[in-house]
Amino acid sequence: MPAVVTVADVHKSYGSQEALRGIDFEIEGGEVFGVLGPNGAGKTTAVEILEGYRRRDAGEVSVLGQDPERAGSAWRERIGVVLQSSAMYATLTVSESLRLFAGYYRRSRDVGEVVRLIGLEEKRDARVRTLSGGQKRRLDLGLALVGDPELLFLDEPTTGFDPAARRAAWETIRSLRSLGKTILLTTHYLDEAEQLADRVAVLREGRIVALGTPAELTGAAPATEIRYRRDGEEVVVETDEPTRVLHELTSQALAEGFELEGLEVRRPTLEEIYLTLTLDES
Amino acid sequence: MRLFLHQLRGEQLLYWRSRESAFFTFMLPILFFVLLASVYGGDRIEGVKGSRYLLAGMLGYGVVATAFAGLAIGVVVDRENGVLKRVRATPLPPWLYIASLLASTLLVYTIEAVTLIVLGRLLFHIAVPHHLFSLALALLLGALAFAGMGMGLTAAIRTAEGSSAAVNAVYLPMAFISGSFFSPHSFPRFLRAIADVLPLTYFIRLLRDITLRGHEIWTRPGSVAVVAAWGLAGVIAALRGFRWEPREG
Repeated sequence: MPAVVTVADVHKSYGSQEALRGIDFEIEGGEVFGVLGPNGAGKTTAVEILEGYRRRDAGEVSVLGQDPERAGSAWRERIGVVLQSSAMYATLTVSESLRLFAGYYRRSRDVGEVVRLIGLEEKRDARVRTLSGGQKRRLDLGLALVGDPELLFLDEPTTGFDPAARRAAWETIRSLRSLGKTILLTTHYLDEAEQLADRVAVLREGRIVALGTPAELTGAAPATEIRYRRDGEEVVVETDEPTRVLHELTSQALAEGFELEGLEVRRPTLEEIYLTLTLDES
Repeated sequence: MRLFLHQLRGEQLLYWRSRESAFFTFMLPILFFVLLASVYGGDRIEGVKGSRYLLAGMLGYGVVATAFAGLAIGVVVDRENGVLKRVRATPLPPWLYIASLLASTLLVYTIEAVTLIVLGRLLFHIAVPHHLFSLALALLLGALAFAGMGMGLTAAIRTAEGSSAAVNAVYLPMAFISGSFFSPHSFPRFLRAIADVLPLTYFIRLLRDITLRGHEIWTRPGSVAVVAAWGLAGVIAALRGFRWEPREG
């Protein structure tokens, strides 16, 4: 199966400011691909090049077999877009908005079904302007889904959500994945990337500084950390052989009859790796 | 065609749902017509009954209110909301979006013009104008030309909040100076000098020549040319500066 999205050595500058300095990645069909990075790293620029909004300065891009810069209506039938900020008509109701957008597609999903999928059954006849921020964001997602796209672009879909709303949105995204949709998701939340993405590209200052499954990214990181306190002193052991070291430690403690107070064994989280990747200079 | 009708229905729903636009662009010309005709409709202006004279001016004012102001404000608000950007990501072709928007605007204006003429007949006993074909052609020309200017103006407006202010600042003085509400013959010389370059002046003159003085549209090529030239200038400005996306925050 050919890749749904291919990006090769893409560059983009705004004036003298380089937003993308040569990025490469591929997205397989049915995959949730996360683009993770701090604000200003180039996430939105990258996504908008794939959506056909921006022209790249250099490099090759293929999305669903076509160059987004030259793709037409038939290509747009197959993609769904959620922009970084909510964009909809304030005076229409939820179902009117969905019906309006559904009419743009030759093959669209049933509006009632989309309303259920985004959990806005009780608001279906409410005007968009009366919705909360989270509800608007869900309608945003609904508008992107109503054309039954194969490929979905979600630019920071949960920014500004409370924890419960984020979990609900994650469930929706997981259910889309199980329907076989390919999803490109940008986020600056690590847990979101870790929870949802099959693979993650970490973007920093217009470059991809790491790419892989969440497990690979954490696995590529150095040692496991073993921490405990002895006589009030904190002891930290970093090791690539946690089993052996831990065994020795506990044997010693048992033999000598002391306690490993506050014993902790931890793998570095994606968050620590991310901070290392995005903050450390050189 | 199905897509065009679908989008036209959507645009109509959006227009009538937005009370501000429906009031300021659709109701205001009707309200001004009834009020002003009640005040001086019985007087004689330039040899005709005041209400008849006013009706021609209000048909012109209605064009700038709906096709120019209403269209420009609506487009800027949708653009700055990000809705236009979002619509660009759907299979709806851009030209079809513009065509539906223009058709919707023409439909609103047609309802407006018929309402004005019928109200004039019922309330002020103004005979339905002769040369209806010429009048319809002139109104179509005006609606298209002012829609072109409205689209051109959107390129110059930066924010949704500023759109009503900017558009009203252009079109209300223009409507006044061009003689929508009163006869421009009573204006001081400097106002008439300004009026001489405004497209609405020529459009209203054309409407008065047709409805009051028995002309056909084709016997008034000068006025037609000025209105069309302004419309073309608007279209050129729109082609150069029309944006689908909001300004970067």
